[in-house]
Amino acid sequence: MSLLEIKNLHVNVGGHEILKGIDLTLNAGEVHSIMGPNGSGKSTLAQVLARRDAYEVTNGSITFEGKDLLEMKPEEAACEGVFLAFQYPVEIPGIGNTYFLRSALNAQRKYRGQEEMDAMDFLPLFREKLALLEMDEKLMNRSLNEGFSGGEKKRNEILQMAVLEPKLAILDETDSGLDIDALRIVANGVNSLRNPERAMLVVTHYQRLLNYIVPDFVHVLVDGRIVRSGGKELALELEEKGYGWTEHEAYQPVGARR
Amino acid sequence: MAATAEQKGAWVQSWLEAFTEAEKTAPRAAWLKRLREDAFARFWDVGFPTTKDEDWRFTNVSAIARTHFRPAGADKLTKKNVEAFGIEGAAATLVFVNGRYARELSQTSGLPKGVTVASLREQIEQHPESIEKHLGRYADQKRDAFVALNTAFLSDGAWVHAARGVVLEAPIYLLYLTTHEDAPTVTHPRNLIVAEDQAQIAVIEDYVSIGGESVAFSNAVTELVAGESTVAQHYLIEREHLKAFNVSTLRIQQGRSANVSSHSLLLGGGLVRNNVHPVLAGEGGECLINGLFLGTERQHLDNYMHVEHASPHCGSRQFYNGILDGQAHGVFHGRIVVHKDAQKTDAKQTNRNLLLSDDAQIDTKPQLEIYADDVKCTHGATIGQIEENALFYLQSRGISQAEARKLLLMAFAEECVDRMHSAVARQHIEGLIRAHLLFMESSPRHPIAPTPGASGTPGQTSTGKMTERALEEVG
Repeated sequence: MSLLEIKNLHVNVGGHEILKGIDLTLNAGEVHSIMGPNGSGKSTLAQVLARRDAYEVTNGSITFEGKDLLEMKPEEAACEGVFLAFQYPVEIPGIGNTYFLRSALNAQRKYRGQEEMDAMDFLPLFREKLALLEMDEKLMNRSLNEGFSGGEKKRNEILQMAVLEPKLAILDETDSGLDIDALRIVANGVNSLRNPERAMLVVTHYQRLLNYIVPDFVHVLVDGRIVRSGGKELALELEEKGYGWTEHEAYQPVGARR
Repeated sequence: MAATAEQKGAWVQSWLEAFTEAEKTAPRAAWLKRLREDAFARFWDVGFPTTKDEDWRFTNVSAIARTHFRPAGADKLTKKNVEAFGIEGAAATLVFVNGRYARELSQTSGLPKGVTVASLREQIEQHPESIEKHLGRYADQKRDAFVALNTAFLSDGAWVHAARGVVLEAPIYLLYLTTHEDAPTVTHPRNLIVAEDQAQIAVIEDYVSIGGESVAFSNAVTELVAGESTVAQHYLIEREHLKAFNVSTLRIQQGRSANVSSHSLLLGGGLVRNNVHPVLAGEGGECLINGLFLGTERQHLDNYMHVEHASPHCGSRQFYNGILDGQAHGVFHGRIVVHKDAQKTDAKQTNRNLLLSDDAQIDTKPQLEIYADDVKCTHGATIGQIEENALFYLQSRGISQAEARKLLLMAFAEECVDRMHSAVARQHIEGLIRAHLLFMESSPRHPIAPTPGASGTPGQTSTGKMTERALEEVG
């Protein structure tokens, strides 16, 4: 059984069809990249997988470990092992980073019938992951993402991922706005989480991130359809030729089932 | 326009009878008798305010004016009855039951030298000179009918005195309990807090109903006098049941370089008016006016701030946050008056509100009157809902929607809690907010199960009728 199976997914946002029949299968241990120009539907796909209800699924199905993902609330999807690293992480004043992360971890542990972690047990785990992301513990005493730089926010997303250890990690433009040092740290964090049980879906506009997080598969999303799929070399080809190269193919979707 | 003679006849007559009756048992001192009589005459003249009065535009008190109240009767409570209400770490506790000092429930031993905490009535009898100097000198009974009424019926309350230079970190806890009675009752708690030069104190006033719900009106006035370089904190907690009317007036008189903070937490009461009126009378004074109001069902929670800058180089900060659900109506009226000589005034006002339902309502109104020409005054208000982005972000990490809402509401409330300096007060207040948010969030609109903490809190059906009565004329 595949970890994630998306079949003929159609999604509307505010009455407009954004995704027009996506088919995609991820197996455990695989890293897939979705590339595409702005407005092609990359982020919509990521948000639908995290179960944001502003997106209306008009057709198709998504199964996660054989379960109907579309029936799940965001928190259920998270507890089942879906994690979205946000393109724009939200600042929430008044909720401490550490407290938030431990609450999230415990909510997930509780869902899985595991014992909740107290602050004493949590701290060593937390410190280990902080070190992985080269983050200062002082930052964690602040409110969730409040006053964080762009790079700090992105690192915080990967930190959360490292602590929550999802089965499916979706990275939505995690590279955008990062300088090369931050990109290296983030990629390093992500790479350390690659393992045979975990799949990743790396959504990006640029090929740059894929130099650091090398995907097994690359899919090109244009105008709500996957127009090409291939290996990591496809990313390089895109970098060279630009998205314009694929646009005429948007009308002959590759792999889309009718 | 004032009430017609006929209407006035009905309600003023009953207050007159009550006043005549109260005079029989009131403290006897001649100066006090005169103060009471003047106050009653003033109340007789002005009567209760109406919504035509700018200061009362958003709050209709006709339900109070129409009700025939009698003085709350003497009631004996045991230590067991009240043990649920005490707070850990208070320096002293005074308990008042239906407006009367309950010595057997209070605890005043162990206070440091220089701090006196006692019944105001006893103090008037034993040391009238210490009281006469301050009582009724600050609270404005000429303009404010409720202050006049309180003064006319002045009988008991708390006396807190800190001598020059005395520092008391632990707060003094004042608990006002109203018990269930068959007919509507009224109490007029009157408190006088005097902190001499360079003293430091904190006082918590906590208004609580005990027993079943019955119409009860608490009309409290507190005068807080802070000397030169004095540091004083005042906390008001209103958590009476939804049949209660509560009008609380805090009048602060600040000396040179005094640093005073007022913190309000409104959780209970059907119709509540919270007046905070600091006068920065000495140079270099600082005043923080901080508050949180959480309304649900048909509660009406009105916060009327009147910050008076009377001297140069003073700073004031107002921060009020409101969370309103159901058909609750909140009011924030932030008035800042800068007198002609109060140059270099720095006054700031912020009111932030979250509306959780379509029927909840907030009226927020800044009012700046500036007669000096070198001042900095800013004000701002926001009205919003729980942010969908933030909710989704928390949920996407596995936190349930109900829990995420509570976290966000608590975070919003914490902004106010964080401004409270006293750890003891903060802990007490935090616990109350948590329990109250659980209660608010367990209302049927939100699909979460009622929690054990919410039991015993008034339910929607049992209180709906009453609040209608209390608020039917509230616009």
